[in-house]
Amino acid sequence: MNQEILIQLKHISKSFDGETILNGIDLDIHDKEFITFLGPSGCGKTTTLRIIGGFETPDEGDVIFDGKRINDIPAYQRHINTVFQKYALFPHLNVFENIAFGLRLKHTPEQEIVRQVKDMLALVNLKGFERRKIATLSGGQQQRVAIARALINRPKVLLLDEPLGALDLKLRKDMQVELKNMQKQTGITFIYVTHDQEEALSMSDTVVVMADGCIQQIGTPTDIYNEPINAFVADFIGESNILDGTMPEDFRASFAGHVFECLDSGFAKGDAVDIVIRPEDVDVVAPEVGMLRGQVSGVTFKGDYYEIIVDVCGFKWMIETSDYVAPDATIGLHIEPDAIHVMKKSKYSNMFGDYSSFSEEFDELSDAEAEEVEE
Amino acid sequence: MKILSKSYIALILAVLYVPILVLMLFSFNSTNNTGVFTGFSTYWYEELFRSAETFAALKNTLILAVSSALISTVIGTLAALGLDRMRSKLLKGTINSVTNVPMMNPDIVTGISMMLLFVFVGTLLGSTEKLNFWTLLIAHITFNIPYVMLNVSPKFRQMDKFLPEAALDLGCTPAQSFFKVELPCIMPGVVTGFIMAFTMSLDDFVISYFCSGSDFQTLPILIYSMTKKEVKPDIYALSTLMIIAILTLLILTNLSGDKGESLKDKLSDSASRMRERMQTRRAARASGKDGESQ
Amino acid sequence: MTRTSSKPPARKRAPSFATLAVAPHTVWMVLFIIAPLLFVAYYAFTDANGTPTLSNILALGDHTETFFLSVSMAVIATFLCLVIGYPLAYFIAKLSPRAQKIVILLVMLPMWMNLLIRTYSMMAILDDGGFLNNFLMRLGFDPVHIVGTAPAVVFGMVYNFLPYMVLPIHSVISKMDNRYIEAAGDLGCNGWQTLFRVVLPLSTSGIISGITMVFVPSISTFYISQKLGGGTFDLIGDTIERQFQNPATYNVGAAISLVMMILILISMAIMNRFSDDEGTVIV
Repeated sequence: MNQEILIQLKHISKSFDGETILNGIDLDIHDKEFITFLGPSGCGKTTTLRIIGGFETPDEGDVIFDGKRINDIPAYQRHINTVFQKYALFPHLNVFENIAFGLRLKHTPEQEIVRQVKDMLALVNLKGFERRKIATLSGGQQQRVAIARALINRPKVLLLDEPLGALDLKLRKDMQVELKNMQKQTGITFIYVTHDQEEALSMSDTVVVMADGCIQQIGTPTDIYNEPINAFVADFIGESNILDGTMPEDFRASFAGHVFECLDSGFAKGDAVDIVIRPEDVDVVAPEVGMLRGQVSGVTFKGDYYEIIVDVCGFKWMIETSDYVAPDATIGLHIEPDAIHVMKKSKYSNMFGDYSSFSEEFDELSDAEAEEVEE
Repeated sequence: MKILSKSYIALILAVLYVPILVLMLFSFNSTNNTGVFTGFSTYWYEELFRSAETFAALKNTLILAVSSALISTVIGTLAALGLDRMRSKLLKGTINSVTNVPMMNPDIVTGISMMLLFVFVGTLLGSTEKLNFWTLLIAHITFNIPYVMLNVSPKFRQMDKFLPEAALDLGCTPAQSFFKVELPCIMPGVVTGFIMAFTMSLDDFVISYFCSGSDFQTLPILIYSMTKKEVKPDIYALSTLMIIAILTLLILTNLSGDKGESLKDKLSDSASRMRERMQTRRAARASGKDGESQ
Repeated sequence: MTRTSSKPPARKRAPSFATLAVAPHTVWMVLFIIAPLLFVAYYAFTDANGTPTLSNILALGDHTETFFLSVSMAVIATFLCLVIGYPLAYFIAKLSPRAQKIVILLVMLPMWMNLLIRTYSMMAILDDGGFLNNFLMRLGFDPVHIVGTAPAVVFGMVYNFLPYMVLPIHSVISKMDNRYIEAAGDLGCNGWQTLFRVVLPLSTSGIISGITMVFVPSISTFYISQKLGGGTFDLIGDTIERQFQNPATYNVGAAISLVMMILILISMAIMNRFSDDEGTVIV
């Protein structure tokens, strides 16, 4: 990322009715970047977006846009446009007039409006929809109109607040690709808010993981996935086995009753740490050659792989393997040094346990509980 | 059972309509007999149209209805807008409940309470005609405002809360956002509110009776004074015309109103709102809950 | 939905704007709703010269009979409306959706016709020399004296206010989830049991609003009793109306109005409490 910085958030704080929503956010957003705010409900990602859009004023801190402080500039004077969560299309106007809305306010000549709206409709694949009423459009089509209505104003930045949340899975996947293409084509900075980690990883140049009104980690999707900074990020992005461990010396990690070789160094001798191992990074081997030995307690067929839960001395691991393993079988586990990721202890360290009570349902339940705790 | 229930419905409807139909029929009677139909004639209509009094009352009624409906629509719409934006639940609740007082109180109490105010202030000012067009106008605006708000407030509630933001986002100033986006969205409610206020004003007798002076008579007051005298079919003729006028208005309301709602919803809404004394309170509470859950 | 986006953003705009928009209405309310009611209280507790007195309130003793008569007539009319209106609403709700629309429309239309006209047409029919008696005589029956009797006044109230009972009840019944009725049948209720054990309790809110919507205009009417009572029935409404014909008796009129208003408020509060409790118990 070598483009210049377009937006700077400097120590932004915001609370509603005495409840802190944002707590000292510092962030640089580069020009032509696709940046995603990712986090669970209530983490403050939408508020951050609304502060950039001009719909909320921060209690503390500054918003710098193109080198100028814009805290007090109202939304309608910012070169920023928004695609709203539920589109907020004007129900009394047809598709054409919705898209032309911004241009009409600038008293653009009619011919020019017609031309630009046509271009926009082509860009969002809605040719011929000019005269349609908003109410007659499907969710996906409304989504496209909302994007066109924002993009036609040639904003420097486009804010997207969970724009795909209301669409079904298939459509969402298609739109992800399209949005990414549009962003490349137009060169506009996209600031995208979502709670869907897959969406964030597949579309973004930069992912900003947020929780509890604070930024947890900023990085490229691969960084975020491979080098999570703490237990929260590790758990929120993908599946992770998070274990308590110590660092007896550099390049050695001790956990699950075994000392492993690893690639991490720089910790004090005997430092307590969190160890993250992704389910796909554990190899299933014969019990006698494994570094660890455990008993299979659950097997779920996932199509191209099996997801198995393995009990190793009471800690349940989740492992993805392409070979079938029988339930109750005893297997060995082999972990390469580069599969072990060592993190410093954080306030999230013991919030995410093993997979002992794992089921899809439980997963959702515990998410909901986590949200309550945050609120 | 089926037949029984259907004949029950038919019987009640007959009881509801026979008097009105008989009245309409006898408005075309050739003599002033109200018991026996002696032959068809439009004599009573001609008689009615010869009377300058009738025309004066008609003119007065229309002037009053249009002006009170217009003013109450402006005040009521603004109030609905402000209440929608208001953050204080307590203030909102207080304003809503006071607004509904004229709907909860018997008309006669509303009428005499305003009359007492007008008479008192009129005496202080030393005016000779203490009750006049202006007092009547004030009274009508007062009882019309709640009906306008009842029609407009739900439109604000139903409106996507992000629409004004979307307008600002696309470059509207707050004023432009109101006129270009919010007003068009709530327009069906405003129009229905206006027509309902207009109809209520046309229809009102009790409050007008107490708040009007001798120099400004409306049609319902004229009918009242006519029915105090001997029974003559010219009242029937006037009533028939008023019924037709109201029916036309109802159809208009429906044509102008929101297309989303069916005729039945529309009418049942308006009708129940007309005397919705207790329910308004409940509705207010419900809308309060909406606010919380949003 | 994230927490922050769930806050209606429009409310975040300058509060002065909301205040400004509500201001004309608020001023209007204070001047023409609250002030007039204060005047009612003021007149009720002063004499014609403005001297504070309790004599108006004490003079209410002379009108005890009127109060009693009005309350009993309004109660009877309300009860009749409920007894006639509930089955009507229930039967209408059983019709096909198309038929329901038409019938409800027909029930509603008379509400939009002026009360004076409706009452007057009723009187014209029932009068001694009116349509009904002419009709009866032609069939060879004796004429019936109706106008001027208590039943005529009650009938007038029922005739005028029946739609106010039917509409809220119908609206509740027609919106009622049909599965409750199916569940009742499934659990062994026959038609009548379903009606009394399930439908009736679930329509309490409609009944309560129906009762208030009929009771309030019934107890305060003066035109119906004037026309159909033939001038022989003096109800609260008539008494109030008479007091306001002459400035000398405004104070007594205000006192009667005040008491009536308080009576109605109390009964409405009781009803409301009742309906709320019922509501929570049932739901």
